[in-house]
Amino acid sequence: MKKTSTMMKSRKKSIWVFGDYRNYYQNRVTLQLIARAVALAKTINAEVCALIFGYKIDEWIMEYTAHGADRILAIDDPALKSYSTERYLAIIETLTKQRDPDIILIGATDFGREFAPRLAKRLKTGLSADCVGLDITEEGLLLQIAPSFGGNMLAEIVTERHRPQMATVRPGTFKEIPHDYERKAIVEKLPLMKGLPKPRVKLVEYERSVEKEHTIENASVIVCGGRGMGNREKFKKLQELARLLGGDVGATRPVVYAGWAEHGALVGQAGKHIKPKILFSFGISGAIQHTAGLGEANFIVAVNKNPQATMLKMADVAIVGDASDVLNNLIKELKKRIRE
Amino acid sequence: MLKLVVCIKQIPRVTELPWDETSGTLRRDLAPGMMNPACKHALEAALQVKEHYKAKITVITMGPPAAEEVLREALAMGADEAILICDRLLSGSDTFATSMVLKEAITKKCPKFDLILCGAYTADSETAQVGPQLAEELDLPAAAYVEKLEIDGKTLRVRRLVDNFRETLEMEFPALVTVSMENYKPRYASLAGLGKAFDINNFTVLNAEDLGLTASSIKTKGSRTKVRKVFLRKAQKGNVLLQGAASVVINEFLDKYQRKIGTVIGKSIEENKHDDEK
Repeated sequence: MKKTSTMMKSRKKSIWVFGDYRNYYQNRVTLQLIARAVALAKTINAEVCALIFGYKIDEWIMEYTAHGADRILAIDDPALKSYSTERYLAIIETLTKQRDPDIILIGATDFGREFAPRLAKRLKTGLSADCVGLDITEEGLLLQIAPSFGGNMLAEIVTERHRPQMATVRPGTFKEIPHDYERKAIVEKLPLMKGLPKPRVKLVEYERSVEKEHTIENASVIVCGGRGMGNREKFKKLQELARLLGGDVGATRPVVYAGWAEHGALVGQAGKHIKPKILFSFGISGAIQHTAGLGEANFIVAVNKNPQATMLKMADVAIVGDASDVLNNLIKELKKRIRE
Repeated sequence: MLKLVVCIKQIPRVTELPWDETSGTLRRDLAPGMMNPACKHALEAALQVKEHYKAKITVITMGPPAAEEVLREALAMGADEAILICDRLLSGSDTFATSMVLKEAITKKCPKFDLILCGAYTADSETAQVGPQLAEELDLPAAAYVEKLEIDGKTLRVRRLVDNFRETLEMEFPALVTVSMENYKPRYASLAGLGKAFDINNFTVLNAEDLGLTASSIKTKGSRTKVRKVFLRKAQKGNVLLQGAASVVINEFLDKYQRKIGTVIGKSIEENKHDDEK
């Protein structure tokens, strides 16, 4: 079907960023996306438009303006007091029909990853998930770089014929533009559309979770051990290295099952997804159940006696040798070298 | 009787797979498969519902002929019937196409369902998109990352933790949930179940034509995204290989990386010559 309005053609291209303002001070993904959108917009001569739906949202309008948005589309209404997939779907569907954005970017928060697929389906367009890179191809398409297999592989994805082009993007992928409260944006405060469907999903109860997460998810150094450590006593030595480096100990599933480590230390698909700046991996072969949790490890040092181990292939520094032997030497040498 | 549909996926059991250079897709046929762990948790959730209510569980997957294995496993665990959607025309489907095909199969084979359960995400492609997109296809109320579900007549109540909010949601049947791996630890298939797994009367194979799909309709209603290139991330890695006596290797390692480690842990690390001379 052809687009009917000729006016739309003359309209400037637009990159939309969904304003995911919940947990604003911890979750900066919307600001990071605005920053990336500003860079992409230059190459395709587009404007960056932030969407904000909620109740009493002036603070977010100010923040997104200060962080680089050219335009804000805002709906401020008590009906939007809490996040609602169904309401947001109907709103963006209507706005998209009116304004025909070229690209819609959504942060890969839990909400974003639940909401974006439905939105893409409703708009009958493509979506790539949890991207770790965005660019513009030579033909002017949005190049979406998405991880796969626990981050061991990356795929370059494009949506060739359908619009808007959509992606969810992993928090922390891009750097936000520092705020400048002198910046100006065109702020359009829109009324809540009439005839929006009544949400069928009822939020009965919600509270900010007070559960304290195991620190392993936030640790900057993690020492992981697998069966290749040999036995429980040798595995315990990992604790000593972790202590020296101010880090945490992680474990693979066989090791947790063998009772060498607590379940809270389980790293991988069924356990924790970690993002340390340095990961030490001792005696781990690298089964996907484990490596699925390592996608965000920044620098990996792996020790394994099998030179063909997947873990060694994934590592920045691969050490071929007996895990326990190398560990003992590392502890000994670090004790000599570390200055408090 | 409650009618439950569980969508499952077979994923490769290995970390690194060869891929087809020309199409940019993975050669899934070259690796042994397993049931995606989150899908198994979804099946377990359905099985637990069945322990409390009269219910019938249909498991459904789209995949190569070998995907039959995960359906047999699901039957052995306690599902009642299985549907395999298998057609070369459907290979390489993205989530947009996959959810469209699943909708066609569900509408044709179990139109009177009460609840669809999917795994929250798969370990291979990790898009977490098929569940929500299937909900949109079927115009259903839905919730993702569900940890616990309770049924009260026609009402479904679910609990979940999303973006640091603990939520309780309610919706009416028919509905769709994607199940996380926090709860619902999957059971093992029982010996009694194994017999049922190979009963031919509860196993259906469907191709595109059975679903009213043709090459041209798949093109129109099918994939929106195109994978241009797949590459190993390790290309960006340091790729330093050290081997030899542990003490030598460790010295070599620390000489090269002690500054990096020191920066991360906020301490100074350097070789103490005096100690060596003593």
